[in-house]
Amino acid sequence: MKVQVNNKEVEMIPDSTLTQLTAQLELPVQGIAIAVNNKMIPRTEWERFTLHENDNLVIIKAACGG
Amino acid sequence: MEKLVIAGREFNSRLFLGTGKFNSNEVMEQSILASGTEMVTVAMKRIDMDNKEDDMLKHIIHPNIQLLPNTSGVRDAEEAVFAAQLAREAFGTNWLKLEIHPDPRYLLPDSIETLKATEELVKLGFVVLPYCQADPVLCKRLEEAGAATVMPLGAPIGTNKGLQTKEFLQIIIEQAGIPVVVDAGIGAPSHAAEAMELGASAVLVNTAIAVAGNPVEMARAFKAATEAGRQAYEAGLGLQADNFIAEASSPLTAFLNK
Repeated sequence: MKVQVNNKEVEMIPDSTLTQLTAQLELPVQGIAIAVNNKMIPRTEWERFTLHENDNLVIIKAACGG
Repeated sequence: MEKLVIAGREFNSRLFLGTGKFNSNEVMEQSILASGTEMVTVAMKRIDMDNKEDDMLKHIIHPNIQLLPNTSGVRDAEEAVFAAQLAREAFGTNWLKLEIHPDPRYLLPDSIETLKATEELVKLGFVVLPYCQADPVLCKRLEEAGAATVMPLGAPIGTNKGLQTKEFLQIIIEQAGIPVVVDAGIGAPSHAAEAMELGASAVLVNTAIAVAGNPVEMARAFKAATEAGRQAYEAGLGLQADNFIAEASSPLTAFLNK
């Protein structure tokens, strides 16, 4: 199945969880936050949060700013 | 110097630093350390899947430093609440610099959305430090809504124009029951000292340090100016005359004449 991550298409195994996605994309565990379809998903829920076809993900990290 | 207390946390430094516009993370880190700051802002961006390496966070994480994530980039209260939730999750802090400035030309804060977002975020348990107009009525409303500080602007972001809003900052400081942090526009150490002499609780500086010829030295200069201004405020400044008629500071008894 395909999901959108920061406007880029990512191919995942069906029913992947957010934890699996972070592993597949080699994302750091700390210092990031993930929203699925405009809803923030706390990291305590990543393990059991399953993704669906065409889910729209935003993954953010720190940036310099005032 | 009196300690600054915000939401129960004590700060020895009254200089807050932004992390934008530095030439490198290394210069940013050295400037942060040289400034003695204990509060540093951080923005958010989408992870670039092709470059996951750049990590500015490790340059600002320090036991004495409170991270202050900002909501830069949001256009209204709803987006601000969403950004705040992402920030709390990513950085593990409920402190938030709320900034809603939808117009990119002047980057002036939207007062209505800022107040709305403050009310909402306080209910959600955030420590809210709103960047706002130097509007005394708005600042009281933000205080009533539960803001931890107010952060009125001296001049538009990045302009280095100093305290263009000085008279209104004075009213805000006089009325405030919470710390007043002068944010935006502070372009020289003298501006920081001026804000502190007025009785501001702290100043937030970014551009003036980041774009200086030598940012680390400029950070030291701002540290000294902020401390000097605060000391002067606590010591109590002498009254300014309303005309130019001199008041002698030496005895006028003519000791040379007979």
